[in-house]
Amino acid sequence: MHVDAKLLRLTAPGRPRLVLAVALGVGAGLATVAAAYELSGIVARVFLDGATLAAVMPLVVRLAAAIVLRAALTWAGEATAALFAIGVKTGLRNRLAAHLVRLGPVAATGERTGELSTILVDGIEALDTYLRRYLPQLALAALIPLMVAALVLARDLLSGIVLLATAPAIPILMILIGKAAESKSRRQWQALARMGAHFLDVLQGLTALKILGRSREQAKVIQRITDRFRQATMGVLRVAFLSALALEMMATISTAVVAVEVGLRLLYGHLAFREAFFVLLLAPEFYLPLRLLGSRFHAGLAGVNAAARILDILETPVPVRTRGDRSAEVGAKPVIRFEDVAFAYPGRGRPADTPAPFAVQGIGFELEPGCTVAVVGPTGAGKSTIAHLLLRFADPTAGRITADGVTFEELSPERWRERIAWVPQRPYLFAGTVADNVRLARPGASDAEVEAAVRAAQAGQLIHELPSGLQTQIGERGVRLSGGQAQRLALARAFLKDAPILVLDEATSHLDPELEARLREATERLVEGRSALVIAHRLATVRRADTILVLEQGRIADRGSHDQLAARSGPYRRLLAASGVAA
Amino acid sequence: MSPLRRLVGLVLPHWRGVLLATALGAATVLSSVGLMAASAFIIAAAALHPSIAELEVAIVGVRFFGISRGVFRYGERLVSHDLTFRILARLRVWFYTAIEPLAPARLGGARSGDLLARAISDVEALEELFVRAFAPPLVALGVAAVTAGFLSRYHPELAAAYLAFFALGGVAAPLVMRRLSRGVGPRQRALAAEIHQAVVESVQGLPDLLACGAEGAAVERVAVLGNELAAAQTRMGRIDALDAASGTLVANLGTWCLLVLAVPMVRAARFDGVSLAVLTLAALASFEAVQTLPAAAQYLEGQLAAARRLLEIADADPAVTDPAEPLPLSEVSDASPVRISGLCFAYPGSPAPALDGIDLELRAGGSLALVGPSGAGKSTLAALLLRFWEGWEGRIELWGHDIRRYRQEDVRRALGMVSQSTHLFAASVRDNLLLARPDASDAELWAALERGRLAAFVAGLQDGLDTWIGEQGLQLSGGQRQRLALARALLAGPPLLLLDEPTANLDAVTEREVLSAIHEATAGRSTLTITHRLVAMERFDEIVVLDRGRIVARGRHHELLEAGGLYARLWSLQHGQLLEEPLPPAHPGGEEVRK
Repeated sequence: MHVDAKLLRLTAPGRPRLVLAVALGVGAGLATVAAAYELSGIVARVFLDGATLAAVMPLVVRLAAAIVLRAALTWAGEATAALFAIGVKTGLRNRLAAHLVRLGPVAATGERTGELSTILVDGIEALDTYLRRYLPQLALAALIPLMVAALVLARDLLSGIVLLATAPAIPILMILIGKAAESKSRRQWQALARMGAHFLDVLQGLTALKILGRSREQAKVIQRITDRFRQATMGVLRVAFLSALALEMMATISTAVVAVEVGLRLLYGHLAFREAFFVLLLAPEFYLPLRLLGSRFHAGLAGVNAAARILDILETPVPVRTRGDRSAEVGAKPVIRFEDVAFAYPGRGRPADTPAPFAVQGIGFELEPGCTVAVVGPTGAGKSTIAHLLLRFADPTAGRITADGVTFEELSPERWRERIAWVPQRPYLFAGTVADNVRLARPGASDAEVEAAVRAAQAGQLIHELPSGLQTQIGERGVRLSGGQAQRLALARAFLKDAPILVLDEATSHLDPELEARLREATERLVEGRSALVIAHRLATVRRADTILVLEQGRIADRGSHDQLAARSGPYRRLLAASGVAA
Repeated sequence: MSPLRRLVGLVLPHWRGVLLATALGAATVLSSVGLMAASAFIIAAAALHPSIAELEVAIVGVRFFGISRGVFRYGERLVSHDLTFRILARLRVWFYTAIEPLAPARLGGARSGDLLARAISDVEALEELFVRAFAPPLVALGVAAVTAGFLSRYHPELAAAYLAFFALGGVAAPLVMRRLSRGVGPRQRALAAEIHQAVVESVQGLPDLLACGAEGAAVERVAVLGNELAAAQTRMGRIDALDAASGTLVANLGTWCLLVLAVPMVRAARFDGVSLAVLTLAALASFEAVQTLPAAAQYLEGQLAAARRLLEIADADPAVTDPAEPLPLSEVSDASPVRISGLCFAYPGSPAPALDGIDLELRAGGSLALVGPSGAGKSTLAALLLRFWEGWEGRIELWGHDIRRYRQEDVRRALGMVSQSTHLFAASVRDNLLLARPDASDAELWAALERGRLAAFVAGLQDGLDTWIGEQGLQLSGGQRQRLALARALLAGPPLLLLDEPTANLDAVTEREVLSAIHEATAGRSTLTITHRLVAMERFDEIVVLDRGRIVARGRHHELLEAGGLYARLWSLQHGQLLEEPLPPAHPGGEEVRK
């Protein structure tokens, strides 16, 4: 019922295993029927014919065999279902990881990074119950009752009809209750979630409460809120649990009906005891798969929700277009030209028919070999977008960027990025040693080369600051580096990569004058002899730039050297004035 | 005390609910037993073609059990969930009361966020303690006792055999599974954690990876770890599959064994053939109670681990304790609000002192600024004033008395604090303000908002004071959040204000707005300001410059500028920076872009 067609498509690679798991489940069902048949035979012969244990021994042995077979097939079915789920999950995780990398940072910015990692890890695991327990059960819930009903029908028509008539009520009830629960109580659940979040909020705000001198009283508030939460939740659950009540009742009342109906016909001699006992044994087995499906229904829903988010990512188009590779035609130090470039970030939560607002528009400039272009402007003016386009994290929505006259789209993004070193404001530090983090820029670099790059980045002192120097573990489980230390690592990466083009997102100052001076010196040496695009935050930097682009609301509002721009009463002068700098 | 005993201690006060839930749970399974037993009786008895009157009791029984199972299940679910929430409340209050004295010093400082997140997921794991771990064995015991009693009426051997199989499924099977999964379970968890880290790194560090050309290696690493995880999961999957398989095996083999034992007994006329059918089906149905036990054992193990982690946090000694006979801090004298002399402090485990020989005095009504590069010790000083750390040397006096002679809570109430990241609660504006002074009237709230220059904004909101400000107050802008924090601090009417980088995360324009609200509100009030942003410094009576835990200069703004030194260098550094102003309000061409 909740088999989303797309979700089923995701499981396609594991289909044979799924089929096998279901087949084994059906086999276990057959063994169950066989066991019921032998059991009814034994009881009938001992009870009515007064048979001895020796007389029924063949039946007893066959019963034991059926029991063992059922357990073995159940084990094999479950293990195969697990294998199916694991295969699908692993494949999906790899596909997602590869796709995310191709989507690049343009798709994964800011807060979305957390969401994306969650989908890749928890979202995939949320599929587990769906794949392993719900999906095979869905097939079994259709097949086993049908099989049992067919067998019962062959032996006793009336009982078969009772079973078949009551069976559909269970799935129908489940759908009705599920739908009602979904629409009606959604808002109620939201209010509950708010209350549930209170505890987290209080713990996170514990220091704030302490500062206000009000922390001790909060224990009572927690008690009160949790009590209120309990009362409200129980109100919802009283209704929600009715579904469990209804499901249990359908199954047990139907079994009771079969028992009474069979018993009465037996009484009047219309039925043999063995047939009646066999039917009675099978009745609970008939409802069991349906009840199991009901209990896994919510897990199924969670799986569908998780799958929707996974599909959402897989279907996001890649923002970099590549046709052919003319990398060979581009020189070591190419001339880079932006020609009337515009870019709009792929929108989220925006109505489909409204075009995305441009982050930058009408951008045109040239970055000559060995020259420095500085980009300045207010937050949100589009400075980082220009850097992203140069790094080919995305391709322009309109206009084009060329290197030695070759359009970016005709260059392989990977080979293009080999020519660029990027120094972000706050580099990401991976779990590992300091040396590992620097070596990321050139995996083959020797220890000596890494150390030289670290020294060039004025990070020699950094090594002394850290407990085990370059071999110090950093990241999640290691030492946390300060902003200034991380900056120096980013510079060291760039020195190690030694690429002809530099994209530098200058850090805002750390207010440590000595460090500031050392960083400035290192940056100056890095820029020397390279083509550099600098997102500038310091007067000293813009003064040295060959060209300054002043960005306002995605457009180049003015351009020129520092002296030219400072002489004009334009946006650059306003920027200087706002910063408290005398022009 | 062992974690298990603590967990039992959490549940024990609710013993009435526990008994009721257990009874209802057992009654649910026993309804099935009754249903099958009565059904078997009807069929077997009917085969002997008696009069219908002899079947009547059994028919009533079948009807009763057919309905009662659903009803009992419903009742059991309600009672046990109610119990779950009551235990949760107890658990939360216990944990909160345990860690309240520990914050922030014993909660890992900068990593307290991670620590708390883990603690909360552990508390959540314990939520289902009763339903998932404690209830199944209790219910199973009840069912086993009743069924064994029923069987012993036919023959004690039957009851003994039945109990043996019950124990096999309920005790032996979980133990075997636990032994099998001993190596795999932890490995699976470790690999899952590694994948999580690899994924988080690949996503968050994606720009760096792409720029370094290392993205392929990152994807490869996720794939390699994924394959290892798949291998571990496959082994685990085989063990998990034993759960269901052993359940049916034990139930059916147990029934089979009873049958084999009972057949000669029928021959020996110990009981009749009708009973053979009845006891076989009754036993088969009762094994339902065993099926949940292996899973319950697994849950319990996870919950014990969670409890152990929580206890590790909660059992730490508090950093600061209150004096036995505290000095009241209700009446504040004219003495200097803060006088510090010879103050030295080093964080535990750190060789370098964070503060080294600090002397300073804030006179009543005065304003003092502490400035210096990050790491100079400014915030440490604030933390000591707030009594977050013990173990310092020297003297700290508040209003003429040693700070240690007051109760911590009194000190904190006397210090109104606004910091760069003041926590706002996911509640209304009113609730957030009332935290500072629970008995404040609406008029007082509005007056505080007025002083925080937020009154006009709040008055313009549809729900006014009752507006929900979102998680961490994120429905408000950064400037609004800081002004609300200021209003909250002012509401309590503290005799001393402590401002710790109150504008650190704001853009320049908002910074000016918030600062002017602060200036107005603090006029004539004793104020200690900590800042690394040197804005409007002329207004401070004294500026103290800290560097690496020491005072390197002190004086008024112009004196410090003239003296050169660190202050002057900080000043020029800050003014050699191009600030990123937000977009100017009106600009030609701006409309076009917005379309």
